[in-house]
Amino acid sequence: MKKILVPIKMVLDANVRPRVKADGSGVDLSGMKLSINPFCEIAIEEAVRLKEKGLAEEVVAISIGPAKAQDILRQAMAMGADRARLIETDRPIEPLTAAKLIRIVVEEENPDLVILGKQAVDDDCNQTGQMLAALLDWPQATFASAVAVDAGTLHVTREVDGGHQTLALPLPAVVTTDLRLNEPRHCSLPNIMKARKKVLDITPVANCGLDMAARLNVLGVKPPEPRKAGRRVANVSELVRDLRAAGVI
Amino acid sequence: MTILLLADHDGHTLGDATARAVSAARDMGGAIHVLVAGENVGPIAQVAANVSGVDKVLVADDPALAHLLAEPVADLLVGLSADYVAVIAPATSIGKDILPRVAARRDVMQVSDITRVIAADTFERPVYAGNAIETVQSTDVLKVVTIRSSAFDAAPQGSVAAPVESVSLPARAWKARFVSEELTKSERPELTSAQIVVSGGRGLGSAQAFQTVLAPLAECWHAAIGASRAAVDASYAPNDLQVGQTGKIVAPELYVAIGISGAIQHLAGMKDSKVIVAINKDPDAPIFQVADFGLVGDLFTLVPELVRALG
Ligand SMILES: Cc1cc2nc3c(=O)[nH]c(=O)nc-3n(C[C@H](O)[C@H](O)[C@H](O)COP(=O)(O)OP(=O)(O)OC[C@H]3O[C@@H](n4cnc5c(N)ncnc54)[C@H](O)[C@@H]3O)c2cc1C
Ligand SMILES: Cc1cc2nc3c(=O)[nH]c(=O)nc-3n(C[C@H](O)[C@H](O)[C@H](O)COP(=O)(O)OP(=O)(O)OC[C@H]3O[C@@H](n4cnc5c(N)ncnc54)[C@H](O)[C@@H]3O)c2cc1C
Repeated sequence: MKKILVPIKMVLDANVRPRVKADGSGVDLSGMKLSINPFCEIAIEEAVRLKEKGLAEEVVAISIGPAKAQDILRQAMAMGADRARLIETDRPIEPLTAAKLIRIVVEEENPDLVILGKQAVDDDCNQTGQMLAALLDWPQATFASAVAVDAGTLHVTREVDGGHQTLALPLPAVVTTDLRLNEPRHCSLPNIMKARKKVLDITPVANCGLDMAARLNVLGVKPPEPRKAGRRVANVSELVRDLRAAGVI
Repeated sequence: MTILLLADHDGHTLGDATARAVSAARDMGGAIHVLVAGENVGPIAQVAANVSGVDKVLVADDPALAHLLAEPVADLLVGLSADYVAVIAPATSIGKDILPRVAARRDVMQVSDITRVIAADTFERPVYAGNAIETVQSTDVLKVVTIRSSAFDAAPQGSVAAPVESVSLPARAWKARFVSEELTKSERPELTSAQIVVSGGRGLGSAQAFQTVLAPLAECWHAAIGASRAAVDASYAPNDLQVGQTGKIVAPELYVAIGISGAIQHLAGMKDSKVIVAINKDPDAPIFQVADFGLVGDLFTLVPELVRALG
């Protein structure tokens, strides 16, 4: 395969506890640590491994987001992506719009494979990859836990509710990653230095000529109902007594 | 004003998630048609026809639909969607795989994983692993929605069966091909519909401990077994038992977390359980913040003791 395209998203770091803004307009991201979405990091790792095995020639990372998303693109290049593209926008992007923007890039770049995260840990939509596959009329394999390439055919094992399922897909195709696909590498200092010299191309979203209007109105964001405080029980017999009193056993 | 609901099944039985999605559809209002797609799914369609609130069942019986792969099922749904105001499905691995494809083809935005219906076009859905609840209104002509099963009760069996009608799948050359599947066999109740879930984490320390320590407790209660990601990653338990943001979302009457620290990604999958019990040797483990009953100590002594006490 000649080229793999990997769309990656910048999100609130998975280790930071999200806090809802007092005015109910969203989650407070100001001053918070933003990182590459963990599923996207797995997508980059998988693409780089395919390249290292000689199964792909080039890995291109792309992100749609603010100027700061250059940081995660540099990280992707430090992990081994060859070059990167940022479609710059400060506005929130819905998955349908993200998929349409990625399609534009696919039409320019002609990759054989697009690997995305199965979901972004902020909005938890789990949509973009499937939407992109539909727009391109490409086959898809979502929630991948193993990917193999054999004579131009992709074999993907998927994590499904009952266990695992394996599909065979002709290229070009879309794959979305699950957690157990691989463990992403740490970037070494020399690779971080090298990544600084790699090409990062920035396009303002306006140049894409796409209708960006949101289809969903977010009417409000609130914290979840708090659970009422529980208590410690001293021993097993107290626990059994309390569970019986609560009527659950 | 009719809603089309894609039924979730494994080729043999109708998943409980379908009856739960029927409840969500009822909250949206309007007539409800259930689509049962697959190969030799006549018996499943009959079961769906008996769910209270279902007005009609459409059956698409075709070898190409045997494994509910995204391309043919999305084609089928797109074709049918013109007659409906909404296309919905449970947010299972099948619904999550297929519905965004339908949404993109119809050029509408999907609303994922809703936990509450406020109006036919307005829903609540958790974001940030359940640390925030978003209220969203769809402005699209067609609503495409996936339903979080744990947030809705299953619609009961009705007294009269709804009519069952056949629909056909227009043939086309789909690209992805089914190769094989490996489904976990278990005598235990299904994780997402069990009344009681007993979950183990890294604290169990081995796959063997899942069998010798956790399983006897699950047996006492006829409970399902769950696991944290750390336990699944370490191969103590199979992947389909993972509870959490990226695993299964459960809300049983009783959830017992054993040797699980309580990371936000785990809490995202279980914190709406009615009663939560935590057994952990670390008194400061975050799981105790959501537990109704917390027991501090070594699981290897406490769990067998609990089994004896229930004995
Ligand atoms: C500048 C900016 C500001 C935002 N502000 C808000 C806000 O205030 N409130 C709010 O609720 N939401 C905000 N969002 C999020 C946005 O509205 C969408 O909900 C989100 O981008 C899409 O949902 P998802 O990431 O859950 O998609 P999923 O479908 O879960 O994502 C799956 C995969 O698709 C790919 N992907 C998705 N998005 C991108 C992207 N942008 N670039 C590259 N690859 C991508 C990744 O591989 C990802 O793993 C903002 C986004 C941006 C870029
Ligand atoms: C993007 C992303 C998605 C994720 N999705 C999920 C998900 O869906 N589900 C999920 O679970 N996690 C998920 N995680 C991982 C999560 O962050 C935690 O790493 C994981 O839940 C930890 O599992 P654990 O509690 O079993 O292990 P640990 O955090 O290691 O906790 C083990 C606990 O066992 C206790 N213990 C040890 N020995 C004993 C003993 N003898 N007796 C009693 N107690 C004992 C310890 O005190 C400790 O509290 C995700 C992470 C990321 C980044």
